[in-house]
Formats: sequence, C-alpha cells, structure tokens
Amino acid sequence: MMLIPCPWCGERNQIEFTYGGDATLRRPAPTAPQSVWVDYVYLRDNPCGPHDELWYHGAGCRSWFKVRRDTRTHDILASAPIDRPLRGEGS
Amino acid sequence: MKRYSIFSLIGGAFTGHANWPRAWRNPALKKRYDAVVIGGGGHGLATAYYLAKEHGIRNVAVLEKGWLGGGNTGRNTTIVRSNYHLDANAHFYEFSLKLWERLSQELNFNVMYSARGVLNLVHTPADMDAAMRRGNAMRLNGIDAQFLSRDEIAARIPDLDCSPKARFPVLGGLLQPRGGTVRHDAVAWGYARAGDALGVDIVERCEVTGIRVERGVVTGVRTTLGDIDTAKVGIAVAGHSSRVAAMANIKLPIESHVLQAMVSEPVKPVLDTVVTSGAVHFYVSQSDKGELVMGGDLDFYNSYAQRGNLPMIENVVAACLALFPAFGRLRLMRTWGGIMDMTMDGSPIIAKLPVQGLYMTGGWCYGGFKATPASGYVHAWTIANDKPHPLNEAFTLERFAEGRTLDEKGAGPYPWAH
Repeated sequence: MMLIPCPWCGERNQIEFTYGGDATLRRPAPTAPQSVWVDYVYLRDNPCGPHDELWYHGAGCRSWFKVRRDTRTHDILASAPIDRPLRGEGS
Repeated sequence: MKRYSIFSLIGGAFTGHANWPRAWRNPALKKRYDAVVIGGGGHGLATAYYLAKEHGIRNVAVLEKGWLGGGNTGRNTTIVRSNYHLDANAHFYEFSLKLWERLSQELNFNVMYSARGVLNLVHTPADMDAAMRRGNAMRLNGIDAQFLSRDEIAARIPDLDCSPKARFPVLGGLLQPRGGTVRHDAVAWGYARAGDALGVDIVERCEVTGIRVERGVVTGVRTTLGDIDTAKVGIAVAGHSSRVAAMANIKLPIESHVLQAMVSEPVKPVLDTVVTSGAVHFYVSQSDKGELVMGGDLDFYNSYAQRGNLPMIENVVAACLALFPAFGRLRLMRTWGGIMDMTMDGSPIIAKLPVQGLYMTGGWCYGGFKATPASGYVHAWTIANDKPHPLNEAFTLERFAEGRTLDEKGAGPYPWAH
C-alpha cells in the first residue's frame, strides 16, 4: 500500500486519493497550432522512473497537489502544493 | 520439428518420455536479418511466425530481453472474445477469434481453446440498453451474441447470486458462446515452436538498447548481444511501447499502468462460463487446474513495476463476493501484476510508424491476449507489404491527430478508463 504525503494533511492511505496523471502538461493557448494541441491532449512522456503527477485528496482536504513518484518502485520522492515547485523542479 | 500426435505420444510413453527433442533451437544471433521483431511474447512470436508462413520472410529474429512469454503473455487472465461494438474492433477481434478456433491444428500445439462462453452481466436498465445495442451490433457484424434472462443465467451459473436481494441485482446478461479461455503459456510456446521450424531465430536474454535510424530510415538495432543490420523492425513490447518507440524519437499516446490479477486455491469444477460485470468491473473464470482466476480495474497510477497495491485486490475480491457469496470460504493463493499500454482511446495501435521500416503492435490496454493471433497476422502483413492489412487500417498512430479515434467506451482522451 502506498502512503501518499499530502502537503496539508501528511501521509495518508492511498485509498483517500484520486490520481490525476502527468503534472508537467501545460494547457496551450487557444490559438496554438493544432499539433501543439494534439501533443497536449494525446501524447505522454510516460517515463520509466521519476514521474511528476497530480493527486487529489478527496477523502481529506479536497486539494489537488503534486507528487514525484518512481514508476519502477512506487517510491514517493517528493510532494508539493499545486502552485509550488517540487524539489528540483524548474518553474 | 517433431510433429506431435497420438502416435508420437504413445512412442514417447514407451521410452519414458525421456527422448523428446527441444521444441525450438537456441540459435546464436546473426549480424543481419530481413526483419527483426522486438519482444518474445505472444504478439512478437506470432508476428515472426506469420512473416515466415504467410510472406516467406524466414530470415527473421525475435529478440526477447527476458524469457519467452514472461511478460503479459504469462500474466493475463486467458480470456478470448470478440464482443465489441465498433466495426473496426469487431472485425479485428472476430478475425482473431476465428484464428483461435483452429490455432491448435495450425501450430500442431494444443493451446487448449475452450469455448465456454463469455457472459457480461447486466445490473441496471442502462446496462440493459447498452448490452442490447452491443449485442445487436455484434450480430449485424456476423458475431455470435445471445441475450440471457435472469432465470437462464441462474440455471447456468448456480453460484451466482441472482436473488432480488443481491447487492448488484442480475437483470440478464449478454453471452458470446464462442468466447472462452486459452492456455496462455501454450500460445507463446506454440508460436515459438512453429516459427522456429520455419527458420525464425528466437533469441532470449537479448535486450534491444537502441534502434539505428539514418535519414528517417531504419538500418538496424543495437542489442546487449551486439548490433544487427536490418531494414524492418517490428515492435511488440506492449507495456513498454513508449520506451522502445522513444529509441526512434517517437512519442506515443500511451501511459503504462499496472493491472493486477489473482487466483484462488484450486477447487473442483464450479464455474464453467467466463463471468464479467461491467458495473463492478470484475471478471472471473475457473482454470483447468481449478483455480478461480479473477481481475478487475487498473491500480490507476502510472507504473512499470509489474506489481500493484492491496486496495485494488480488496476491491476485486469484494466484487467477487458480492456476485458469488459462495466463494467466500476460498483463500486467495497468488496475485501478480502486469504493465499495460493504456492508449488515449482504449484501442490498439498496429501500424507503420513515422520512421521508414519501423512498425508496431501495441497499445493493447488490457485486452491484448485475445488479440494475439490477429495482431501477429496483421502486424506481419504490415511489415511485409509496408502498408496496413484492411483489418488494421483504422489502428493507426495518426488517428489521434486526425480525429478518428476508436473510443469503444466513449470516454474521451483518457488513458486510464478501466
């Protein structure tokens, strides 16, 4: 079982959370070319290793936040509020 | 290849079964092949077999980083069916089911196809409408489909809770009588043996580390056992398609997710139909060894770990007990996980890739096992003719950009829909 560290509530059982997928996607401008939109809607890096992703603490504080998790081992490396960078994240 | 028959079996019995030859060779890797297939699971081995048999391309290597059938071919719940709604899916999977029906004869290897029927339970009026619509679509496509009433289901599957007090009341069900199960390991072994007999080199413990591309054209692959020159490379590594395609700088509309399955301890025959429920997303059948083989949802997070977590196991078992209270005394014997290529529309990709000479069959979500023969057949066709077979014309990589997705579930661009 995974213990997911919610930035507000601390480590909780994974059953309290819903997965939101890749956290690195950025919604393009409405005027962006179609290829940029196709990339955003359909294509994924799908890394084998550390993955920055969104989780929602539906049975707790009801906040979306970011988690960096290793997809090979399910080890959680970092978490951060939705508007803050994960450790080592650029923006 | 030593042909298997009743006479070879009797002959073997007289010598204590001590003199059976190897089922396939253990060849050294050559420097050059006409085609290379990456991945020695069912799909890759089937691709190589049909390349040799249907297209006369026999100088073929199948490269497997582990052992044959050690990935999802050995991890699935062995169910075969073709009960799809969309035309492209229906025709493709029906072709596959027809290949399953005569695969043991085709390969001279008993794959233990058992047409025990696949029953999709209906629990709500909305389920009923959807099942009727899908059943009618199947029949229009020439596929067997039959609607069973609650009473017919209660008579056929006595341990299923069909009482009005059931947690998920059974209103009826859509049955595909020709659906059933196949022994999964035998599929890999059968294709390997038959392909090897036609000259295919099957090389295990050989990991592909790179795909050589010069000016948009494939020229070879790099492996842990050395480089190979080839003009055609087929990728059949579902679960890891994104990683292998990335070797040629191709990004796929796929996420890798873990799906778990589990078996109970073996018991005497108790369930002779594959029973599924969309409402609780659960499926169960009984193996020939007597175990109840069960599965349900993905774990719902990206993973390459080939193992999952306990909450989903609890979820699957809870669904099982809601439908079959009688199974409550059984103990769970074993659980495992496999990595699924989850595409953005729930349908596979069997296509030419945007690099000349590079092809793939993947994106199977978690329905890849039943597709094995047809996937190999049309993938081989696509490699041999450098264009898709009519049955995989719709399964392109470009369909996402072109707005031609095959969204069986109508869920939109969503990679973890099940």
